[in-house]
Amino acid sequence: MNDEALSGWRSRLAEKGEQVAFLKDFLKNLFRGGFEWSEFIRQCYEIGYKSFTLVGTTAFIMGLVMAMQLRPTLISFGAESMLPKSLAVSIIKEIGPVITAIICAGKIASGIGAELGSMKVTEQIDAMEVSGANPMQFLVVTRILATTAMVPLLTLLGDVLGLLGGFLAININGSVSLLLYFNKCIASLGFSDLLPAFIKTIFFGFVIGFIGCYKGYNSNKGTESVGIAANSAVVVASLWIFVIDAIVVQVSNTLIY
Amino acid sequence: MWDLTTKETASVQEHENVLHIKGLKKSFGKKEVLRDIDLDVKRGENVVVLGKSGSGKSVIIQCIVGMISPDAGVLQVFGEEVSSLNEKELKKLRTRIGFLFQSGALYDSMTVRENMEFPLMRILKLRNQAEIDKRVEEVLKSVGLFESIDKMPSDLSGGMRKRAGLARTLVLNPELMLYDEPTTGLDPITSREISNLVLQIQKKYKTTAIIITHDMECAAITADRVLVLSDGEFIAEGSFEAIKNSKDKHVSSFFK
Ligand SMILES: Nc1ncnc2c1ncn2[C@@H]1O[C@H](COP(=O)(O)OP(=O)(O)OP(=O)(O)O)[C@@H](O)[C@H]1O
Ligand SMILES: [Mg+2]
Repeated sequence: MNDEALSGWRSRLAEKGEQVAFLKDFLKNLFRGGFEWSEFIRQCYEIGYKSFTLVGTTAFIMGLVMAMQLRPTLISFGAESMLPKSLAVSIIKEIGPVITAIICAGKIASGIGAELGSMKVTEQIDAMEVSGANPMQFLVVTRILATTAMVPLLTLLGDVLGLLGGFLAININGSVSLLLYFNKCIASLGFSDLLPAFIKTIFFGFVIGFIGCYKGYNSNKGTESVGIAANSAVVVASLWIFVIDAIVVQVSNTLIY
Repeated sequence: MWDLTTKETASVQEHENVLHIKGLKKSFGKKEVLRDIDLDVKRGENVVVLGKSGSGKSVIIQCIVGMISPDAGVLQVFGEEVSSLNEKELKKLRTRIGFLFQSGALYDSMTVRENMEFPLMRILKLRNQAEIDKRVEEVLKSVGLFESIDKMPSDLSGGMRKRAGLARTLVLNPELMLYDEPTTGLDPITSREISNLVLQIQKKYKTTAIIITHDMECAAITADRVLVLSDGEFIAEGSFEAIKNSKDKHVSSFFK
């Protein structure tokens, strides 16, 4: 039992070491030159296109439901006019980035894990390497940069649609103009709210691409390992998202207040 | 680019041996896969390696391209010791070697044409689309796959995938071809076609080749020389006829 636990920890530590090596390899290839622009753009399109309906719909519904839930509470305090502000703060600072990142972890990290995993199993990655081409640069650098660029954009979309969902909920009960609503939302947020919220989405994007690529690229050579790669990519990326979220909040609170 | 290739060919002519292996050893954990491998391959020769599944045939050719590093022994390709090469030199060496994977290993998100263009654009760094098209078309014609140029790999049959994989390695004009079981999983007629193709490639592109196979007909068609691998060592060597008539029971068991 004790031995088992020990070897479990040992393999977890070994994996951390491998991840660091993978990160180094990524950075080395990032600055090598010969960047694969067309593959990068194709990946951005794939990632953005595959996820934007899902992100948009989920965020819209979340905004709607949150507004409906918050309203009775705020009314009981006589603070109904605070509704746009509380929506804006919670959606833009927390719900928008995290929900978008979790959806992307489920959809994109697993997709990348499965795709690279199956390329590994069918020896496509080996073939690229053995032919003298650079699979790290073609497959990994492009995907990690694409998620790093697209997740913040998807979050922006999620934020806007979440707020629109909130607007719909408010408008069911009484009419507010869209312009006034958005003015109220924006007025309630300062730069010190927006910046950390934006910065963490970049980290979320990076971690989604990085974990997806790491799991796929290093999967074993059996058919079942494709599923394992996809699955563990989602689990690990989601965990990292919450960890990064906590760290960014802590750091920005210490820096700002 | 072409200039470079001819220069390299010239340097090969100086070394009679394209490949020189002596005392090669490789273990995975406690498992000794290669115990003592000696192998010399002359320019223009087709060498067939026979051996039962799991005997380490693939490991030998993976050592040759530097995918696996051996534990001990000499391994020289084109006169260069593979283990002493740095990353850049290894890349350069790899561009002179063609490796046909058992599955074909086609990039399945790309069409056949894009599969051929990939090494041309990334390794030879060709930019001129007319030249790229010309080389892609020529190589696909020579493996008899020109009609399928715009198909996706998933729409190809097993035999066509092998041809496409072969074309993708040939498009770089390799001097040394490594075939990992080129006919496994194919019907007898297609196997024979692929074996004949391997032979034609030797003639047309003047390649040297190591062909790993279980398929006796493939060996009979393609081999200039046959080696039999067993327990991490070569236990027999000779022409196909000589090996076929061998009295050794390990060797003759392949022909039953
Ligand atoms: N990367 C590796 N890590 C660990 N063990 C390996 C590795 N590659 C090969 N082996 C082991 O080496 C042995 C020989 O494998 P190899 O793939 O060379 O066999 P083979 O002769 O090509 O068989 P087949 O005809 O089935 O392809 C096997 O027992 C295999 O488990
Ligand atoms: Mg093999």
